[in-house]
Amino acid sequence: MKLPQRSTMIFFGAYILITVLVQALISFGILNAFWSTLLRLGAVYAIVSLGLNLIYGFNGQFSLGQWGFYAIGAYVAADMTFRWTQQGSASGLVILLLVVLLVGVSFLGVSWVLKRIPGLDPLSAFALYLVGVFAAAFLAIMLGRVLIDPASSILKSMPDALATQIVFFLAVLIAGVFAAEVSYLFGLPILTLGSDYFGIATLGFTIIVKVLLDNSDTMLGFEEMKGARGMIGIPKIGSWLWVAIFLLVVLIVTRNLLQSSHGRAIVSVREDELAAKAMGIDVANQKIITFVIGSLFAGLAGALYAHINGFLHPNTFNFIKSFDPMIIIVFGGLGSVSGTLVVSFIWILVLEGLLRQVLPEGFETWRFVVYPLLLLIMMLLRPKGLMGGTELPYLRQILPPLRKKEAKPEEVAKAGGD
Amino acid sequence: MLDQQVKLESASSPSGTQKPIVLDIQGLNKNFGGLRAVKDFDQTIWKGDLAGLIGPNGAGKTTVFNLITGLYTVTSGKIIFKDTDLVGIQPFEITRMGIASTFQNIRLFPNLSVLDNVRIAYHPHAGYNFFDSVLHTQRYQGMEKELTEKAQDFLSVFNLQDRQGETARNLPYGEQRRLEIARALAAEPELLLLDEPAAGMNPREVAGLMELIHFIRERFNLTILLIEHQMRVVMGVCEHITVMDFGEVIARGNPEEIQNNPTVIEAYLGRGAAALSQRLSEKRSNVA
Repeated sequence: MKLPQRSTMIFFGAYILITVLVQALISFGILNAFWSTLLRLGAVYAIVSLGLNLIYGFNGQFSLGQWGFYAIGAYVAADMTFRWTQQGSASGLVILLLVVLLVGVSFLGVSWVLKRIPGLDPLSAFALYLVGVFAAAFLAIMLGRVLIDPASSILKSMPDALATQIVFFLAVLIAGVFAAEVSYLFGLPILTLGSDYFGIATLGFTIIVKVLLDNSDTMLGFEEMKGARGMIGIPKIGSWLWVAIFLLVVLIVTRNLLQSSHGRAIVSVREDELAAKAMGIDVANQKIITFVIGSLFAGLAGALYAHINGFLHPNTFNFIKSFDPMIIIVFGGLGSVSGTLVVSFIWILVLEGLLRQVLPEGFETWRFVVYPLLLLIMMLLRPKGLMGGTELPYLRQILPPLRKKEAKPEEVAKAGGD
Repeated sequence: MLDQQVKLESASSPSGTQKPIVLDIQGLNKNFGGLRAVKDFDQTIWKGDLAGLIGPNGAGKTTVFNLITGLYTVTSGKIIFKDTDLVGIQPFEITRMGIASTFQNIRLFPNLSVLDNVRIAYHPHAGYNFFDSVLHTQRYQGMEKELTEKAQDFLSVFNLQDRQGETARNLPYGEQRRLEIARALAAEPELLLLDEPAAGMNPREVAGLMELIHFIRERFNLTILLIEHQMRVVMGVCEHITVMDFGEVIARGNPEEIQNNPTVIEAYLGRGAAALSQRLSEKRSNVA
């Protein structure tokens, strides 16, 4: 058995140590509810921002839509746990699980079919996907109705606390995948647009989501979401440990992806789209994959957020807030994983925590004067972001050692040129 | 269609020997709105050829390249590469089929390391899937190591092995060119398209480039099509040359034939110069 590298051990050791330490501080009541909530929110912001950094920082696609996927994740997950804790029914969980699975299968099926129809225009392809989604969703709801009761009774046979945790965990995962599937469907037609137009289209998406949520009880027909009045009664079970685990998984996935051939393909699209095409890289495919992963992270973060706050209001998902993760990744450095991670926590702790405590009563809104000034100074002093090009150990790319020998000397001399 | 193919293949290449046809362009047209950038362009390239495409600015040479690599859509005509028509195929698929190209103004991945520039070209043959990437499985580790070593060996062939960690944009111009050619070759092409590789080079770098072109053709068993402005390079490297002007082919032949072709001289230097060179060559023959 080979030992992992030193940097890996340092990173995981430090991560586990900090997680346990914070948990201890919370358990012993040294950190009050205010600061513990802020820490959890910091981790949630880190997850959204890491997703956005993949899309904008590494793949070069300017997206303001992450906040929309964050909202989708929040409401979808909240609906599942709400139904379980308030109504004692696993209906949300079962039906959404089936929807997510079957829609995923329909995507695979449609893309398999599309591969065999060369030269189909994008809109027709998109229409085929839509048909697939509706068919899958219909089938899922029909099937789900049968499975609700058995699933509910299985969950009820478990201890209450355990069942709630299981429902919560599944709800977060399903919400993430749900957001990812929405992003796939949404990204297909608009990722063909240039970067700026793509940004505007995603902004439009965030606004659409917000308007739908404003009318979720009437237009969408989900009574429990209560539209513009805000959804209440969501169990506050998004503990620090859960959030820390999800953040760690997101970090590992991001890091592993970036240090692979697929990661390099993603970055090549940002560097030079034309050259990437000329190198045999399927640019459209890389864009959609990155967009889906980023949105998956946004959905996970939204789901966690819903269970930290316990209350959801459409105004939280206003498009103005969609600039928050954008500012975080610019602050931390575009294309810097460590920077995003650190700045997410700083952002929440300073903006929502420290400044609230420091500024005198009635001056809270001055926070929005202070942070743009900080941003300005920051951009002047460190245009490459807080961390610049440096990454924490483990997240850092390690250059392979030089290879000696091989290429015969005379060849080298011949090819030497100048 | 099949008859035609047989006919073409039985025809001998300009260099005399029987070689298979790699690229066969027939009646290629490209219109940009009302402008006919390429008119009825024909070109046959045999395996192992080193062919040149020259012409004054705006003659449509780069347009032909972009049509072959799929970056532009063809208005009409056929581009047959090893029995497959490339018209309508996506650029990245064309590269995977075995046509790689370099660009007129160097297009590296500027913020990535030299090594990563080459490793990106290996992506289509990486040999592990997306889940191997995310989970860093055993297969990822094996394949990634193999791929990295292949890329490093490749760099050492181009004498860039000590530069592997350098950011591509920080390389001197000549090395950027060399890296771009190395990257194109890492895509494992059969046909290499070089668009003005000597642009912006000093005479010493040009000499090195010419050696490099001969070397890679031998070593990688390549067929090369080259656009170039510097006559020194074209005449020194290419075996046969096609001359374009205003989107049309105006002459074909080996370097000497092209050098003395009055139509070519007229296209490059104007009618007066053509007449002058005519008179000069007459005078020379009179003296002799």
